Amino acid sequence: MTEAWQQAFVRVPELLAAHVQLSFSALLLAMALCLPLAIWAARAPKVAAVILGFASLVQTIPALALLALFYPVLLGLSALLGGEISALGFLPALLALTLYALLPILRNAVTGLTGVAPAAKQAADGLGMTAAQKLRLVEAPLAAPTIMAGIRTAAVWTIGAATLSTTVGQASLGDLIFAGLQTQNWTLVLTGCFASAGLAIIVDTLLGLIERAIRDRRKLVVWGSGAVIGIGLAIALLPMLAARGDVVVIGAKGFSEQFILARLIGSRLEEAGYEVRYQNGLGSAVVFQAVASGDIDVYVDYSGTIWTNQMKRTDTVPADDMVNEIAQWSASEHGVTMLGALGFENTYAFAVRPEDAASRRLTTLDDLARISSDFAFGTDLEFLERPEWEMVKAAYPIRFKESRSFNPTFMYPALSSREVDVISAFSSDGRIAANGFVVLEDTKGAVPSYEAMILVSEDRSGDERLINAIKPLVGAITVENMREANYKVDREADKRSPRQAARWLDEQIRNGKDQ
Amino acid sequence: MISTSSASGPAISLKNVRRSYGTVTAVDDISLEIAAGSFVALVGLSGSGKSTLLKMINRLVDPTAGEVLIADDNVRAIDPHVLRRRIGYVFQNIGLFPHMTISRNIAIGLELAGEKDGRAERVAELLELVELPQEMAGRMPHQLSGGQQQRVGVARALATRPGLMLMDEPFGALDPVTRDSLAGQYKALHEKLGLTTIIVTHDMAEALYLADRILVMEAGQIKADATPAELLSGSVGDEAEALVAIPRAQAAHLIALGNTDGAKKT
Repeated sequence: MTEAWQQAFVRVPELLAAHVQLSFSALLLAMALCLPLAIWAARAPKVAAVILGFASLVQTIPALALLALFYPVLLGLSALLGGEISALGFLPALLALTLYALLPILRNAVTGLTGVAPAAKQAADGLGMTAAQKLRLVEAPLAAPTIMAGIRTAAVWTIGAATLSTTVGQASLGDLIFAGLQTQNWTLVLTGCFASAGLAIIVDTLLGLIERAIRDRRKLVVWGSGAVIGIGLAIALLPMLAARGDVVVIGAKGFSEQFILARLIGSRLEEAGYEVRYQNGLGSAVVFQAVASGDIDVYVDYSGTIWTNQMKRTDTVPADDMVNEIAQWSASEHGVTMLGALGFENTYAFAVRPEDAASRRLTTLDDLARISSDFAFGTDLEFLERPEWEMVKAAYPIRFKESRSFNPTFMYPALSSREVDVISAFSSDGRIAANGFVVLEDTKGAVPSYEAMILVSEDRSGDERLINAIKPLVGAITVENMREANYKVDREADKRSPRQAARWLDEQIRNGKDQ
Repeated sequence: MISTSSASGPAISLKNVRRSYGTVTAVDDISLEIAAGSFVALVGLSGSGKSTLLKMINRLVDPTAGEVLIADDNVRAIDPHVLRRRIGYVFQNIGLFPHMTISRNIAIGLELAGEKDGRAERVAELLELVELPQEMAGRMPHQLSGGQQQRVGVARALATRPGLMLMDEPFGALDPVTRDSLAGQYKALHEKLGLTTIIVTHDMAEALYLADRILVMEAGQIKADATPAELLSGSVGDEAEALVAIPRAQAAHLIALGNTDGAKKT
């Protein structure tokens, strides 16, 4: 257990620094926007209604959705501006968090400024203060404690919401939480939670101290707390000063196989002398755009996903033809190189409990369709929205009693514990065999092939050293080895980290080559 | 130019000044000459327009029509904040800045004018002038009583040595004893510094005691313009007489009480 904690803690400093950089930048930007707006709003009630209305509206959008929405928006902007804007990572996270921080800062600043005693304002006018002097000498100092309270609320919200920026590829303490959730590594989840909660508590305490000190006019405490925050920030910003060499960014979607393969590619690149960075937990739709726009350099995708989601194809062709067509399409449309298939497939496999398969005589999807009205369907978070599901429904008259979406980690236990009766499992997942689940045959070939394949961005396609470093992985991974590597990470007991599983997989590949 | 020396306050001239708020006319075509160095009281009931008239002099309110001149300068031609810095302004709610020390409150006009030298000396001088102990300088406004706060208000208004003082119900929120002593002390200051002072009050007794000229306002117009002596003699009309009647009756009642009391003792 201590080793697991150690492994988790090793990642904290770097992620904490990224988390602080992101939250602080968002807070600073929100303050820069809000304070002038609040001054305007405090003088014009109609403006206040409009601005506060907008900020409240933003607040009703879930933070996760807000982050996701910035991806297509920035992608569109980037297309307009000639591709100079990165639609993944820091920028969308910054913008979403900034919008999220607007409401508390604005509301408190407007309340604070409008709440200044009329007598003080009248005296300021009577003494001949200009509008700027009145603001600086009277309104701002009197509204300061209220404004500070708003900034404090915004800071705590922002630090919490920043954990979600992992989903748009920005490093944060959320990386630990999301990765831990995917691989059932609760140590990792707890470490991420404690670190972000701890950060929030410390910042809240310091800002609270400043707020009270402003109220009581204790300048020393204000400066002291400010200095502590400043030192913390300086430490967090230090890594930014360190020169960044040539870093290869390896993308991964949000499940164990992707984490393992990303580490496998990463270790090969490190051997070849590259510095690598991982962007975990990218959504299926986002990740291809990311490699097309060069936000990530390399990742593993599956032929059927590109075929249906990106190429919008609904016809089914033989696996080899599909891979070739994808290679041509990605190169001509997006300049992305399809380096080759890894050698195994990870398709959607409809799995049921063995006792159901026996008692209801289920072997094919036709059999499943026959009894589907009795069955509850469990899927991952995206399957029901994917074209493959439409294709299955078109081929087989399936109509389930109910459908429920799960984080993939929880999909398998849900089937075991009878919460659902059939799941859209992943064929390379070790948990199918480990649980003895029965996979139903797709006799009509409705689900396209899902060959795992390496995709390389346009910028890196001409980098021979890089290509040569990862080329040996093509055709080198058997589905048995992949399942076992996945299971090492996914199983409940004696868990391995994705990096350890990748190392094991690498050994198998090298041994296979030697034989 | 407006006089900024304390030698003598400026004369004020109002020419056909009118101020309306929508359909309501607060000040209705008033023309008025106020001599330099005079102490004028504007008396009237709530809503009679006396406060609006006062605020048109330092441009806290701009007239709808007409002109206001201070020592022959049209106030409209002067930037409002520049104008107000030359005029002392004291009002009922005082409006001390709660986040500043008494010393900084008093010196705020000097701070605005960018005068850096001699602020501490000036504060000490002003504290003495309004009869507050020197140790008040370092205190915060909330640590002072209402009467002490209004003394600071007067000191703050006098800090830049204005020739003209505008006072809007300055002693209205104070208890009678404090009010009386502060009013008396201000009257002495007015004479000592040679100020022109215009005070708004609804209290005729206060006006009679302080001012050398009393203007009685009603519905935006001046109904009476007289010295205290003329008002007390009852020769200036019904509106004025109604206002004077109250303190006169109170005074008569007190005297009568004193006499019967005295009679019993003897």
